[in-house]
Amino acid sequence: MSEFLQFFFSGITVGAVYALVALGFIIIYNSSGVVNFAQGEFVMLGGMSTVFIHALGAPLFAAALAAILITAAVGVALNKLAIEPARGASVVALIIITIGASIFLRGVAQIVFDKKIHRFPSFSGDAPFEIGGATILPQSLWIIGGALAVFFALYLFFTRTLTGKAVLATANNKLAARLVGINTNFVMTLSFALSAAIGALAGVLVTPVTLTSYDVGIALALKGFAAAILGGMGSPFGALVGGLLVGLIEAMTAGYISSEYKEAVAFLVILVVLFVMPHGIFGRTKLDRV
Amino acid sequence: MARLSPRAATLIALAAIALLAPLLFPSSFYYRIGALIFINGLSVIGLVILVGFAGQVSLGHAGFAGIGAYTCALAPVHVGLHPALAMVLGAAISAVVAWLVGRPILRLSGHFLAVATLGFGILVYMVLNNESWLTGGPDGIAVADIGLRDLLRDYDIKVTASQLWYWLGAAALLVGAFLALNLQNSPTGRALRSLHDSEVAARTIGIDVARMKLTAFVVSAVYTSVAGSMLAMMNRFVTPDIAGFMHSVELLTMTVLGGAGAVFGGFVGASILTALPQLLTVFEEYENLLLGVIMMLVMIFLREGLVPSIARRLRRGGSK
Repeated sequence: MSEFLQFFFSGITVGAVYALVALGFIIIYNSSGVVNFAQGEFVMLGGMSTVFIHALGAPLFAAALAAILITAAVGVALNKLAIEPARGASVVALIIITIGASIFLRGVAQIVFDKKIHRFPSFSGDAPFEIGGATILPQSLWIIGGALAVFFALYLFFTRTLTGKAVLATANNKLAARLVGINTNFVMTLSFALSAAIGALAGVLVTPVTLTSYDVGIALALKGFAAAILGGMGSPFGALVGGLLVGLIEAMTAGYISSEYKEAVAFLVILVVLFVMPHGIFGRTKLDRV
Repeated sequence: MARLSPRAATLIALAAIALLAPLLFPSSFYYRIGALIFINGLSVIGLVILVGFAGQVSLGHAGFAGIGAYTCALAPVHVGLHPALAMVLGAAISAVVAWLVGRPILRLSGHFLAVATLGFGILVYMVLNNESWLTGGPDGIAVADIGLRDLLRDYDIKVTASQLWYWLGAAALLVGAFLALNLQNSPTGRALRSLHDSEVAARTIGIDVARMKLTAFVVSAVYTSVAGSMLAMMNRFVTPDIAGFMHSVELLTMTVLGGAGAVFGGFVGASILTALPQLLTVFEEYENLLLGVIMMLVMIFLREGLVPSIARRLRRGGSK
């Protein structure tokens, strides 16, 4: 039982990170129809910028805040410089643009920062808590708590603020949103900023546990993408469930079956879900107008 | 003079490039780059059929390159098959796998199809990476010599390995291009292109959409598998990276960069992205950065790819 609990803890810890990455995917996808393959690079930028700003002497929390703001600015730049000019491009073209952006950001990171592996100290020390015979790191609680806080804040934003409702309206029907006076260009920019900031926050939270380097983005993006697809590529709630599921499946596979194939199982599950439920667990069947 | 058909023009252009390029090679090293371009070009022609003709996307095609390459590495050792025949076996395995995987996957479209193919590619990569007892794991595995140079030596023809693969690659590219161009103008090719424009319209005029997509997927898998086999035999060595995500991305980028709609466009894309890293070794630090910028700029400003965009500009300039 304690073994199971241990795998469960590690599963929801990584799952919370995947959920944040998936959330970033979904926010951009809803507002612009673009699947942003550079999402993992936001996580990398968050972690790496914090490391280097912290090394310059800034306190950890100030460094983290600065890193999140920098990454949000990168997100805005990505939208303004690469996505907006490509309006109306095909799905394949958009996939290549965002993959190009991710390779570009990785290239920039290896020059501006370096190619080494980095970390910074955990927020509240490294003494693990013991629960039911299993242990959990304080940083894991930060990760899970941080993810829940983001999802709750986003829920309030979407349901209680006019700007949030404008984002939802744009996701629902861009043309109709524009007709009632919503500035959909601003909504798109906002989505990129928001999604980049959430990615960066995930990077800040997870770096003390998993470490960071210029090339951590791809794996995280793939896992987050998997989580988003699993959750139906539409609602933040789907992202949360999808992320936690991918994390748990990975941890259970690593614990009970084979650590070598833990990542394979995540993708196997995605293939099965796509075969059986082509629109994910929470996705609705989409009908195309002809 | 009668105008050449686009099909004949493409084949003549490819043959001329293959024959004339060696005259410009300052050293034999360039034969190797040439061979790489032809072999990548072969993969890309497969993707032109899938992406350009049928309008489907794949982020997992490197998986088929991996199947082709590892069949060439393993079949000679374990089954005693000649590497050249192993290439055929690899292509057959790829075709069967593509058929099995494609049937459920190809019901999806757009981003969902992209992530499903991506998942498939990663699974192949992981198997190659993890099953060390068979594949040698991340360190890779040696591939047997095809023995063609020894055969030629008996006839007093001496070629370097790079030269041999240059000509074999050129031959394979021409055969691949010939088949793809024939397909393009056949009823099947026209059916594929109708999917690209509108699946619903295609279905309305009686085209079996699912079967057409599957045909394109299987054919393109065979192209990529053969190219993977050739790459393994040329290098006499193969690592799981051949099936990796980045290789799939490279192949797709090559396809779209030159212009996915036409075989020649695919070849141009393969040439640029194969030669570029060799030229950029001077700026090794900046390689990723430049590659990323090129991918973004071409897709933003030359949306149909280099060849169609430039051709249109030339035509417009000429008619003034």
